[in-house]
Amino acid sequence: MERFAALIDALVYTPSRNAKLALLAAYLQSTPDPDRGWALAALTDGLDFPAIKASTIRKLLMDRVDPVLFQLSRDYVGDTAETASLLWPDPPGVTAPPPTVSNVVADLSGGNRATAPRVLADLLDRLDSSGRYALLKLATGAMRIGISSRLAKTAFAQAFGVSVDDVEEYWHGLTPPYLPLFDWAARGAAPPRTDDLPLFRPFMLAHPLEDLQVDLADYAAEWKWDGIRVQLVHVSGETRIYSRSGDDITATFPELAPALTVPAALDGELLVRGTHQGGEQGGAASFNALQQRLGRKTVSKAMMADFPAFVRLYDVLVLEGEDHRPRAWTDRRQVLEALLPRLDPERFDISAVIEARDFAELTAIRDRARDDAIEGVMLKRRDSPYVTGRKTGFWYKWKRDPLLIDCVLMYAQRGSGKRSSFYSDFTFGCWAGDPDSGADLLPVGKAYFGFTDEELKWLDRHIRQHTVNRFGPVRETDRSLVFEVAFDSVHASKRHKSGVAMRFPRINRIRADKPAHEADRLESLRALIRD
Amino acid sequence: MGIRILPANCWIDPARPVDKALVTHGHADHARGGHGQTIATPQTLAIMQLRYQTEAGATPVAYGETIRLPGGVTATYQPAGHVLGSAQILLEHAGERVVITGDYKRRSDPTCPPFVPIPCDIFITEATFGLPIFHHPPIAEEMTKLLAARAASPDRCVLIGAYALGKAQRVIAELRLAGYAEPIYLHGALEKMCRLYEELGVGLGELRPIAGLPKAALQGQIALCPPSALNDRWSRRLPDPITAMASGWMRVRQRARQKNVELPLIISDHADWGELTRTITEVNPAETWITHGREDALLRWCELNQRKARALALIGYEDEDD
Repeated sequence: MERFAALIDALVYTPSRNAKLALLAAYLQSTPDPDRGWALAALTDGLDFPAIKASTIRKLLMDRVDPVLFQLSRDYVGDTAETASLLWPDPPGVTAPPPTVSNVVADLSGGNRATAPRVLADLLDRLDSSGRYALLKLATGAMRIGISSRLAKTAFAQAFGVSVDDVEEYWHGLTPPYLPLFDWAARGAAPPRTDDLPLFRPFMLAHPLEDLQVDLADYAAEWKWDGIRVQLVHVSGETRIYSRSGDDITATFPELAPALTVPAALDGELLVRGTHQGGEQGGAASFNALQQRLGRKTVSKAMMADFPAFVRLYDVLVLEGEDHRPRAWTDRRQVLEALLPRLDPERFDISAVIEARDFAELTAIRDRARDDAIEGVMLKRRDSPYVTGRKTGFWYKWKRDPLLIDCVLMYAQRGSGKRSSFYSDFTFGCWAGDPDSGADLLPVGKAYFGFTDEELKWLDRHIRQHTVNRFGPVRETDRSLVFEVAFDSVHASKRHKSGVAMRFPRINRIRADKPAHEADRLESLRALIRD
Repeated sequence: MGIRILPANCWIDPARPVDKALVTHGHADHARGGHGQTIATPQTLAIMQLRYQTEAGATPVAYGETIRLPGGVTATYQPAGHVLGSAQILLEHAGERVVITGDYKRRSDPTCPPFVPIPCDIFITEATFGLPIFHHPPIAEEMTKLLAARAASPDRCVLIGAYALGKAQRVIAELRLAGYAEPIYLHGALEKMCRLYEELGVGLGELRPIAGLPKAALQGQIALCPPSALNDRWSRRLPDPITAMASGWMRVRQRARQKNVELPLIISDHADWGELTRTITEVNPAETWITHGREDALLRWCELNQRKARALALIGYEDEDD
């Protein structure tokens, strides 16, 4: 565990990606099985100890430290695990030697709800502050140390001189501590078998188009639908649905899995039937409607009837044992179109190609997209293979321009992680009427990005100097600062006092020059609702 | 801002120019120029003279010396162990004793005399590191870490961000105690203060300016600069520096990350949580007043230990830096 803790600390303090890769690779090369596999699982969010929650840690601490002092410390540090690692009192007397990563995993997996606190406390007693930090991060499964799963896999590939795409592909068929993966990469054994498993294959992603223009002879255009991107995989009678991050969400949409009976891996957008996006003909309901279906463990019949899910297909990766990913988009599109009649029309359709003669016409079509409540346009190079991640020049997303409104800063909250000491989460409001006749501000949204590091420092100082009230980590400001807020759309909402909910609000500009009473009124925001 | 002594009509560490100021130590947030009269230790006055070129009205007070103020108030200066010249001030008036600690620490420091606990009725303490998460490890451990990092990368140089007054000289003096005899390289902003320390009798060994040196001359060396220069363009002249920072805030990982620090050195000239609470217990005042820093937690500790306490919430002191 000391080596793992030292690795975590070094990763925390090392800013450069290459240096992080080198640290990880060195750890993976020099650490024995199965410790390195468990460590890799911890770094890729592959461990789950349901008996251990953030509240388990809080409770353990509360038995040892005054709750008020714990809370004040937690607010300052911005991270429960780190706070606990710093506050945990050294046990009296001689303690057992520190555990290995495998010991930790075995102990934590063996615990149930009742025994977990004692198991965790025993482990904490045997470690120093760095070890406790690493242990708590591993136990709660929230590393948040700036290492993406992709980076860890890249380091694995680098450590053993194998291709990261191969690692990704084999990965999803394996479970920690990934012994067959190490046998293959480090010892030259045969690769793990994958063809009989409903595996997730990493998505192909798009770059923003920005100010670029492309030739439609080389690129095909499709609508950018506002649902959730999914991959459906059917192998030997079993169907799985994966979200963009590779999470298995099959159980959330029970009506979809049985509808796919052809052995294939398909890429598409999961949507709910409706007319909000794109109108009566081939439309779909708003993301709001789809949201009713997300994150549910059990799905009622009524839910499925009220919000029927379907998939609008974008692409085909594999069909009946043949891998189509190396082929051009045009060829894959033909395969997909030919496949469509074999699929259940209630659950599948195809994302139509937008007919436009040239870029100018496409621009005009896109400009009308807001009326149809469509998020934007996708541009796909006709000869592009299906490759993992974002490859420049292959796929572009061209979102419609955001909506803008001037709001007044009302509350600020300290961020967490890298921003733990900065007031970086902002709640802003619009005037409920004429501010000069005494109307008040009503909160309309929250944003925590859209500004530079320099602006964040400036904002942090502004908030400290303009605080009128403090509620724990939240400060109420004197309502003097105007933000130009950009957002994708706004919807009616019963859950908010203002009656509106914004999508993707972000700080577009800080309008320090604008007097607060000239900020926008709620009615202007309501007028933008297209529900 | 600052603390006003009403019967004597003078101020301690005022942030604005006043007629009569009692100054605890030379850091800019406590010592400002432009007062009519400045009462401080000779070392603090020398530091202020270096920074503000204001000699007028300087009234030196030695450690242990008592001076009379108007209104029947007397003031006695005692070491605070924070930086060279730093003092606590004991005020006595009508049989009541008040101690203002200014900034202080209890750890040993080769550059200044140690803190002396003074019995009193009202103890006015700082609380910069007033949270139980703050524990400054023994400085020898941090020196070991620093020398190990230097040895591990002979092609790079270790660049330590350290406050120009106090921290820089303490780090240098501790390196010397750890047996490091090589020249230590300085950013221009640290040179004057280091020279003043030496003039005042604090030996720092061989120091060399960085300015004008080729990159290669700094490989494998230890260099110091003010924290603001760590991530500045200035540091590009150094050979791939290992960014280190000597500060009590380095105890919190995210703080080190925010400052892009690769080698956090937990070295502080302030009392940590253990020192703050131990000192209150030791001084055992009738009342504890908390001036600046994280007052809430120390106030809570006083409450849990049945000690009468209040927070003064003075503003204008820097609470985010050390």
